Amino acid sequence: MIDDKRMKEDRFERRPSEVSLTEASLLEVKNLKTYFPISSGLFSKVKGYVKAVDDVSFSIQRGTTMGLVGESGCGKTTIGKTILRLTEITSGSVTFDGIDIHALDRRALRALRPRIQIIFQDPYSSLSPRMPVGEIIGEAVREKRLVAPEKFDDYITGIMKDCGLQEYHKDRYPHEFSGGQRQRICIARALALNPEFIVCDEPVSALDVSIQAQIINLLKALQAKYGLTYLFISHDLSVVEHISDTVGVMYLGNLVEYADKASIFDNPLHPYTMALFSAIPVPDPDVKTNRIILEGSIPSPANPPEGCKFHTRCSYCMEICKLEVPQMQTIGAGHQVACHLYKDGRRIG
Amino acid sequence: MEQKKGLIQKWFGRKNGRGSAKSVNYMSAKEIRQISRENRRITDEFERVRNRENVPESEYTAVMKDPGNILEIEDLNTWFFTDIGTVKAVDGVTFSVPRGKTVGVVGESGCGKSVTALSIMQLVQRPQGQVVKGELRFATDDLTIDLVRIPTEKMQKIRGNEISMIFQEPMTSLNPVFKVGMQIDEVIALHNEGMKSEEVKARTIEMIKLVGIANAEGVYDMYPHELSGGMRQRAMIAMALACTPKLIIADEPTTALDVTIQAQIMDLLRQLKERINSSIMLITHDLGVIAEMADYVVVMYAGRIVEQGTAAEVFHHPSHPYTVGLMASRPSRIRSAEQLYSIPGSVPNPIDMPNYCYFRDRCNRAFEACNGDYPPTFSISGTHSAACYHYSAVSEVGK
Repeated sequence: MIDDKRMKEDRFERRPSEVSLTEASLLEVKNLKTYFPISSGLFSKVKGYVKAVDDVSFSIQRGTTMGLVGESGCGKTTIGKTILRLTEITSGSVTFDGIDIHALDRRALRALRPRIQIIFQDPYSSLSPRMPVGEIIGEAVREKRLVAPEKFDDYITGIMKDCGLQEYHKDRYPHEFSGGQRQRICIARALALNPEFIVCDEPVSALDVSIQAQIINLLKALQAKYGLTYLFISHDLSVVEHISDTVGVMYLGNLVEYADKASIFDNPLHPYTMALFSAIPVPDPDVKTNRIILEGSIPSPANPPEGCKFHTRCSYCMEICKLEVPQMQTIGAGHQVACHLYKDGRRIG
Repeated sequence: MEQKKGLIQKWFGRKNGRGSAKSVNYMSAKEIRQISRENRRITDEFERVRNRENVPESEYTAVMKDPGNILEIEDLNTWFFTDIGTVKAVDGVTFSVPRGKTVGVVGESGCGKSVTALSIMQLVQRPQGQVVKGELRFATDDLTIDLVRIPTEKMQKIRGNEISMIFQEPMTSLNPVFKVGMQIDEVIALHNEGMKSEEVKARTIEMIKLVGIANAEGVYDMYPHELSGGMRQRAMIAMALACTPKLIIADEPTTALDVTIQAQIMDLLRQLKERINSSIMLITHDLGVIAEMADYVVVMYAGRIVEQGTAAEVFHHPSHPYTVGLMASRPSRIRSAEQLYSIPGSVPNPIDMPNYCYFRDRCNRAFEACNGDYPPTFSISGTHSAACYHYSAVSEVGK
């Protein structure tokens, strides 16, 4: 077990200028747009764009967790990938600790990489079947020369212990592990680089309920120990509610509502958020929820509806919704919502 | 213990010390050959019995214990004879599905809930998978039959007609090269010989409308890839209900779908059940879905039933420590704790199951009695029972 003091020494070179950013946000996403071109024909002429992420802005404070929820295909994962610059941006900016990630050159980006990590959804396909676990976790550490070679083994063992893995697991291959343990390996791999920010892309949705709880507890414990910041992407609202400090709800590439956990779950403002929350099945046979059942399904992101993208399924739809795109507005204490039902901080209609 | 193993491994080199997994993952070729030869002998015997011709009807008829039930499962054992050992995927499962009710089967992946469903449908992968013991009594209109012993050609009249199944993944269970309408036509034409093709088509379109697809004629001529996940699942439901079955087995019907679509599908299933007056056996790992849909709940763990009862009993008074743990490990609005309860450890290896309670090593309430044999089922009330020694004070039922 590595004690915390030594861990601190081992920490590789910290951020270039130790600016006091304790109050400011660690990550800021401004007017982010990520479009994927649809091309066809002989010369791959671009016919149109899939607007996977369309004008999204939010910020995450250091040491907190932001939950991002929405149905499949709404652009949650694309946001995660764009933050890591695994996908190129169309317009807007992603600022991490004062650095514009999408303005960096290759060398600078490589230097930044260890500070932002990702945990993928499927622990079966995101681990190389040909590498022993110790190598999977340690590969990037060695590549980045984060620790001295003589300390390397102890360092990896320490990380593995933190993630609930045993030292003798080092020589085993991923196929020898269960889903929950594989996810622990993925977490250890991300953690080994000593990151400040981790994008968790549906880390528990492939796992069983009892294992889910173990992984969620582990993520929370690691956050407390290392002061990590998470972007937690999930479609499971009860998990998001448990782990997040702030929650953003996405629909078809737009952020429709963004607020801290308590206010969004107790008082959802956007009609989509209300429907989404009411759709969560409650594990109690006596509770009969007033379920709002949305008609139809999510429209195609290649050809989204005019005006508010949700108007085709919204029960509060007004004339203005079909014409004008609603802008993000603040209601009460930092509760942001993009809906025409609200004006000047209160509900109309 | 684990620490020690690590040290020993360091001393003796890494090649032969693979810890506890050795017995399963690393077998000599000779051992594997031996097991597979033995397996073939066993499965050949089962296949011989199954492939006989002109089986007399008396062999596969049975008598229902309670005429109010549509399906009675008694001591079902479905085993898989694999090259590394016998997996008892379903090991002595007993429960029944009453007419017009919904029975929810809940458990983690690998607990045998899907294999139970496949056994009912006679769709277990043969020859390595075999129902080795037990009875599956199903009440048709005129007689009660045993689904374990009924010959395949007779089963084909029942499967899809009297019992039908909705599978988990609508993308993989629809054929991508045929139009949706044709695939539903096929079911109707097979079970209604002599029906004209126009009649079949009319019935198909009626079914597509029934499951809430607005553009029924359009969808009839579409391929599965042209439909969204929710629409595909609706098409699957239309196919399952095409012959108004008495029993619908829904194997994780909403797991692959989003919450808003899940709400639509659950609403639809509930309405349709009322309309065609059938019973549903709902298999899922989502306790929320079970609570909303089911009248009776069966909780499975490692191939066995650990607890069963009415939905109110199981959800308000969960008795088996596994059920309690499962409910506590779900993040919930009502009791928000800093740390979630998590069941320690993981499911035991299905090839060499322990000879004591399978849950003992993960249980927080284990006591001396748990070191004994696997606990029998103890009844807590008329309908509620649990396989746990903590309830041995109450009367014992079953074996």
